[in-house]
Amino acid sequence: MYAFELVRPATLDEAVTALGAEEAQALGGGQTLIPTLKQRLAAPAKLVCLSGLAELKGVCIADDGAVCVGGATPHAVVAAEAAAHYPALAALAGNIGDPAVRNRGTIGGSLANNDPSACYPAAALGSGATIRTVNRDIAADDFFQGMFTTALEDGEIITEVRFPVPERAAYQKFEQPASRFALVGVFVAKYDDGVRVAVTGASEGGVFRWAEAEAALSGDFSAGAIAGLSLDADMMIGDLHGSPEYRAHLVKVLTGRAVTAAG
Amino acid sequence: MPKDHGIGASTKRREDVRFLTGRGRYTDDINLPGQAHACFVRSQVAHGRLNGVNTDAAAGMPGVIRVFTAGDFERVGGLPCGWQVTDRFGAVMQEPGHPVLATGKVRHVGDPIALVVAETYDQARDAAEAVVVDIEELEPVLDMKAALAEGAPKVHDELTSNLCYDWGFVEENREAVNKAFETAHHVTTLDLVNQRLVPNAMEPRVAIGDYDFATDDSTLYTTSQNPHVIRLLMGAFVLGIPEHKLRVVAPDVGGGFGSKIFHYAEEAAVTFAARHLRRPVKWTCTRSESFVTDAQGRDHVTRIELALDAEGHFQAIRTETYANMGAYLSTFAPSIPTWLHGTLMAGNYRTPLIYVNVKAVFTNTVPVDAYRGAGRPEATFQLERVIDKAAREMGMDPVELRRKNFITQFPYATPVAVEYDTGDYNATMDKLLEIADVAGFEARLAESKARGKLRGLGVNCYIEACGIAPSHLVGQLGARAGLYESATVRVNATGGLVVMTGSHSHGQGHETSFAQVVADMIGIPDNMVEIVHGDTANTPMGMGTYGSRSLAVGGSAMVKATNKIIAKARKIAAHLMEASPEDIELKDGRFTVAGTDKSVAWGDVTLAAYVPHNYPLDEIEPGLEETAFYDPNNFTYPAGAYACEVEVDPETGKVTVERFAAADDFGNIVNPMIVDGQVHGGIAQGIGQALLETTTYDEYGQLLSGSYMDYAMPRASDVPFYAVDHSCQTPCTHNPLGVKGCGEAGAIGSPPAVVNAVVDALQRAGHSHITHIDMPLTPSRVWAAMQG
Ligand SMILES: Cc1cc2nc3c(=O)[nH]c(=O)nc-3n(C[C@H](O)[C@H](O)[C@H](O)COP(=O)(O)OP(=O)(O)OC[C@H]3O[C@@H](n4cnc5c(N)ncnc54)[C@H](O)[C@@H]3O)c2cc1C
Repeated sequence: MYAFELVRPATLDEAVTALGAEEAQALGGGQTLIPTLKQRLAAPAKLVCLSGLAELKGVCIADDGAVCVGGATPHAVVAAEAAAHYPALAALAGNIGDPAVRNRGTIGGSLANNDPSACYPAAALGSGATIRTVNRDIAADDFFQGMFTTALEDGEIITEVRFPVPERAAYQKFEQPASRFALVGVFVAKYDDGVRVAVTGASEGGVFRWAEAEAALSGDFSAGAIAGLSLDADMMIGDLHGSPEYRAHLVKVLTGRAVTAAG
Repeated sequence: MPKDHGIGASTKRREDVRFLTGRGRYTDDINLPGQAHACFVRSQVAHGRLNGVNTDAAAGMPGVIRVFTAGDFERVGGLPCGWQVTDRFGAVMQEPGHPVLATGKVRHVGDPIALVVAETYDQARDAAEAVVVDIEELEPVLDMKAALAEGAPKVHDELTSNLCYDWGFVEENREAVNKAFETAHHVTTLDLVNQRLVPNAMEPRVAIGDYDFATDDSTLYTTSQNPHVIRLLMGAFVLGIPEHKLRVVAPDVGGGFGSKIFHYAEEAAVTFAARHLRRPVKWTCTRSESFVTDAQGRDHVTRIELALDAEGHFQAIRTETYANMGAYLSTFAPSIPTWLHGTLMAGNYRTPLIYVNVKAVFTNTVPVDAYRGAGRPEATFQLERVIDKAAREMGMDPVELRRKNFITQFPYATPVAVEYDTGDYNATMDKLLEIADVAGFEARLAESKARGKLRGLGVNCYIEACGIAPSHLVGQLGARAGLYESATVRVNATGGLVVMTGSHSHGQGHETSFAQVVADMIGIPDNMVEIVHGDTANTPMGMGTYGSRSLAVGGSAMVKATNKIIAKARKIAAHLMEASPEDIELKDGRFTVAGTDKSVAWGDVTLAAYVPHNYPLDEIEPGLEETAFYDPNNFTYPAGAYACEVEVDPETGKVTVERFAAADDFGNIVNPMIVDGQVHGGIAQGIGQALLETTTYDEYGQLLSGSYMDYAMPRASDVPFYAVDHSCQTPCTHNPLGVKGCGEAGAIGSPPAVVNAVVDALQRAGHSHITHIDMPLTPSRVWAAMQG
């Protein structure tokens, strides 16, 4: 690690001010950022720690029924507190990494990082969530802009993520054997106005919606409905854990399984 | 009643108390007064000409004490290779130099170029980043067959090619073997890869050099499996420090699996730096560094052919293997694909004719050397895979085909130069079929099918040559060392014992099981015996721990030394009781005059030895301390049979190991619980190799699987509960304990069982074109195979 200054703001305003400085960066649970620093792959001058901000933590239910997760809420808290309201989301959070990762890592950090193999982006995109920051609301459809790229401006803090609760939903994660991130993960959610299918782990472009499957499933919410579909392997990731063809295949298998699991 | 102490008892491991409560003392826990810290500048490219190293900026950075480059090491030797292989044509192998710091060229990513020593590790690392290296990149040599092609770039310019040796074994049989293939009723051929593995000991390597200017003594604290070997290699060949001025300490070591046998550049570098700076210098390997510097394992590309007659009797075996040496010859690298591999090609079977050809190749990758099993897993894997394939081709039951060819008469001289002293392969197979509940397989298969899953059963045998090794034999084969072991048994006045062994424990539980042996021989409680190891200053010259040798060879030295103690103690007892030594019996810690009720306790005798008031000083010396060296006159041959049951998800290709059974013959057993643990760990490693672990270099020679994000180690959830049995015991005939060794069996026997099971599952599901899938059998690979 290179030396950096650590700031522990007591309020969101203080955090925003601190992040206004040159080369300042938000520190959520540090589960991605700290390993990066240890490898000396990043050298921020200042880290602004969000974990002390009570206003960014916890799960609550909005008047419209949406599940609202504070931007600095650890995965383990979501797993516990969202379980009664949005079981598919809670299950996804409860299966990220290991207990240490779940107790430190946060939803804001995960979405801001937008790792192409991360789980939360699939939940956010698959639920049509709203990512709320200090200055604005960003629809999930506009938020994810390719691997490790989002609509966030420098220093823009995710304060909350609002998940409209679907009638039924499920997440299917096929683990990459080493990292246990998603080799492919598919989040399927059925709302009364249609079905959303979000895919993580598979595409060179990061998390994406599988439009054909959404259309098919909106008409017939059963695994059989996508039997005739296939995905183009061209846009898929190929690495030592799986070829593009394999990933394209898995997307379909997991979509079917997610539909079945959603019941 | 199971025994509760001594030989045969499942005594809990005494060392675990300190390991599990965080009180172990590993090398990194050692911090010496005035210690400075080291960081190596390493090559980022696989192959390049090193045109210059500029340390000016680094030298001026905060805390920097000294930056060493290759020039500073001009007057020291290179890292030696401990084994010289002679090729098919009678010529010795090509042996390139291996400088402590890269000179002229860099030859793999991670090759050390400079050593920065600073007050703190962070300062050393900062300065290491400021060292400017001028490297002209060269085309890397990666693929072994391409490396041998005409005009291929050379890893070592001074050699004639990238071929280390072309070894034939037994060369005289070559023609006869070829002839047997021409006339064989059936020939089964299998091409396979035994993939490269990263050893991944839990504790990364650490080295601390220390120098006492007052006495001119050097000390190296290091994570080693064999401190005396390091002292000899580093002292005599690299730094020119005589052994009496050099001490090597390997304290608690957190796993080795072979990777901590070898003498590494970092050890010599910090010892050298400490002498120059007159300060202790410490280096702790990061995990990322381990991936590119710890000697790796396996990496064989093989074609094996098996010739059979119409009844399925094996007629001949012929193999051709390309074995990757990596960029330099690590300490024992040349011996692994040859003498630890070719000699095992007979397996458990009577095959009259065998010819093994191995081409060892230099590439721009991390050096390859012994890794748990070392050569023997590679032999077992090919043999047990090709037998399965042959059984399928000939429509025979794979177990019956094996039984038909089992060696049943012992001793048995194989056509590959070793003589098995004892064994009973039908017994372990019978036991295996029982504990694996093979009879219940069909029912489990139906149950899997009902859930939409494919199920398969894989069975195989293995044999290994352990108790390494008879010095006279290995000397003929090119070893530049003897492979005896030593022990000093020191009895204290009040009766307790300290046993100083040349073996080294790095997870095997020697402190417990060795104490059980010595205590049992005398008939005293185990806790009266202390095992000391790991420090050349207080243990006799020993060759260390690897090759499942510690109990068979080190234990035998202990037995010899303890017998000397007992012989002397009997004389003292005889004197005390005014009897003749021949009439003295030792039982349960008491010396009795046979046929009388006269006796003295062990403690009375030991006290007399050290307080010799009433003592035959003209006949025997006071004191009670003996040393013995034991050199085995043969290898030991643990053997057994393994069974694996897998389920395959036909949609995703994901394999899960549902059941695993191991029936091993390790000869006599000292501590059954420790043996279980060794087998469990070995099987987990074998399942890891079969399903998970992959060491992949890209076309530039960069390691793609260079962290745990991509290198998949087996976890608890990847393995089932094991059924492990070692009740089939044919004791070794030539060592005093009748033991064979159990440290590597699990890792040797399990990969073919897993792969056999997966192929079986796929065949049963109608994928008749799938006769083999190369390890690791990842979901992606299995799925691709199913696509045809
Ligand atoms: C062993 C391991 C296994 C893992 N397995 C999985 C897995 O299976 N699935 C999965 O999805 N993830 C997995 N992760 C990643 C984990 O979920 C991380 O917690 C997450 O990616 C980052 O969250 P964090 O709070 O730790 O963020 P940090 O590491 O602190 O920060 C990451 C990035 O987000 C920014 N950031 C942090 N908080 C905010 C915020 N509120 N607003 C704006 N920007 C912010 C930071 O500046 C930084 O750029 C794993 C991680 C580890 C170490």
